[in-house]
Amino acid sequence: MAAPGTSLAILLPVLLPLVGATVAFLAGGASLKTGRRVQVGTGLLTAAGVLGSVVLLWSVVAAEGPVSYQLAGWEVPVGIALRADGLSVLMLLTTALVGGFGSIYAVGYFSSNNEDRRTGREVEGFRDPGRSFWPLWLFLWAALNGLFLSGDAFNLYVTLELLGLSAAALISLGGTGSALAAGMRYLMVSLLGSLAYLLGVALLYGAFGVLDISLLGENASSVPATWAALAFISLGMALKTGLFPLHFWLPSAYSASPSVASALLAALVGKASFYILLRLWFDVFEGSVPAVSGQLLGAFGAVAILWGAIMAVRQRRLKLLLAYSSVSQIGYLFLVFALVTGGGRGFDAWAGASYLVLAHASAKAAMFMAAGAIIFALGHDDIDRLRGIAQKLPIPVASFAIAGITIMGLPTSGGFTAKWLLLSSSLSSGQWWYGGVILAGGVLAAVYLLRFLNPALIQVKTSPVLRIPPKSMSVSAFMLALISLALGLVSAPLLDLLAVGAPFQPEVPGE
Amino acid sequence: MGEVEVYLVSGVLIFVVCAYALVVHAHLIRKVLALNIMGSGIFLLFTAIARRTDTPDPVPHAMVLTGIVVAVSATAFALALVRKLHQATGRPYLPEEPDRSPRPPKETRRNPERG
Repeated sequence: MAAPGTSLAILLPVLLPLVGATVAFLAGGASLKTGRRVQVGTGLLTAAGVLGSVVLLWSVVAAEGPVSYQLAGWEVPVGIALRADGLSVLMLLTTALVGGFGSIYAVGYFSSNNEDRRTGREVEGFRDPGRSFWPLWLFLWAALNGLFLSGDAFNLYVTLELLGLSAAALISLGGTGSALAAGMRYLMVSLLGSLAYLLGVALLYGAFGVLDISLLGENASSVPATWAALAFISLGMALKTGLFPLHFWLPSAYSASPSVASALLAALVGKASFYILLRLWFDVFEGSVPAVSGQLLGAFGAVAILWGAIMAVRQRRLKLLLAYSSVSQIGYLFLVFALVTGGGRGFDAWAGASYLVLAHASAKAAMFMAAGAIIFALGHDDIDRLRGIAQKLPIPVASFAIAGITIMGLPTSGGFTAKWLLLSSSLSSGQWWYGGVILAGGVLAAVYLLRFLNPALIQVKTSPVLRIPPKSMSVSAFMLALISLALGLVSAPLLDLLAVGAPFQPEVPGE
Repeated sequence: MGEVEVYLVSGVLIFVVCAYALVVHAHLIRKVLALNIMGSGIFLLFTAIARRTDTPDPVPHAMVLTGIVVAVSATAFALALVRKLHQATGRPYLPEEPDRSPRPPKETRRNPERG
């Protein structure tokens, strides 16, 4: 039985957003002014509380190693365990950072959005979008944290569904036809992916009779049921993460949703399904599946890097450019399966992919927030009409540029650290072609980011700005961009954290 | 092939057939139905797994019950979304893939930030 402090640290990240979401939901029924005040207060308090509890859990995990907590005192295999190791804490931390600044961004985003009513065709039944945002976002946060702490394959399914439902609702928040269609498409994709995952879980349970991930890892053997389970789970998770060629839903989902939702979705929601794959692959399937499956995922990842970047260069709208940039960056994550099965240095590849989740989440969230501030000011995001925008909106453009350093993978950014680890793993195993793709992806990223930054930074006489975005929007975008840059400088403690309970051990230099 | 195997194979077959239906049918209500029956296929598989021992295994039953709760919630939400989409666009279908071409659509677009 865990010590009380440990059980509290592991429960709070899930409980706080759940309680916050319930309060925010009830406050939505109050009068407009009071309701909004209570919701904003609840949201910010929850964000602070979650960040605090994640830091507490980090200290516990760093001191004691991986910790677990039996829900309701039932012992595994009958009961369900919550588990925290280095990887889960890193994911919780990513969510707490992006979610915290996302919440601050949302305060400004929804406060001024209500001054002029929506034009166009109203869809009855949608109240002020800000009111629905807070409960949905906090439920989504609870689902994410629950997912990262689940030690049980079926419990992962439940959190995954909660995540998908709240994400689809957030996408549809705008209430227009295109937003509803994007939300609907995402919901279908999300349910299909979850059901494929559930079928995989059923096959695993049928073959080995346990659901607990660590017990599955001990029992799993190389039988057809394991291969089929891996195939279904990988397909479902690749679909939900948006791996080429299953990314067809992603551009519309990320561009039709309100920018605050785009930032949270692009940064966090797709990463959750990738985390499941990463977790199960190396804790359960490693050693009992053919190496070709890893090479296959890696090959799709390599194509995704190039395809996403090429498509990003061709976009005319800033948010679509960012969406295709996400398709490209997701490709980097999937290289890990090929690098490890191909005999690359395990810890480098695994830590590189995990670190990229953190770096990409903070950078991409900052960029979507910057795009949201630009749309807020101008009412559009057509790249051709954004010439000279940096004069009027210096902070959003600067945030975009700083976050771009991580997306390009240039030195002293978090993206550089992550891609360097992936690169060294590819070279150590002689899989140099993946190294080539990693570098080419960086060059292409520079091309598509400059397509926006170059015109934005030139001097023009006049540029029409409708409104100046609230400070909370610009500042949170800027802070997240700085974090993505700083991640390259403070990688040592985070990589030490990742090594706690990792499936691979870092190699000591000089061996 | 014993009795249990028949159910096992049927469960997987139902899943696969309905996954096909989900992809080929354009009407959203049909898609929601396909997703529901896919879920039922998995539940059948779980029930068959539970029957392999003399005393039925309670764990798959618990999972099916949880799965039904999730499926009901997801279906309710999906149907509500279909109705909203129908009200907004007049059609219970997803529009053709947007953004296939890099050009912005011809119509003057509203500010996406205000939906």
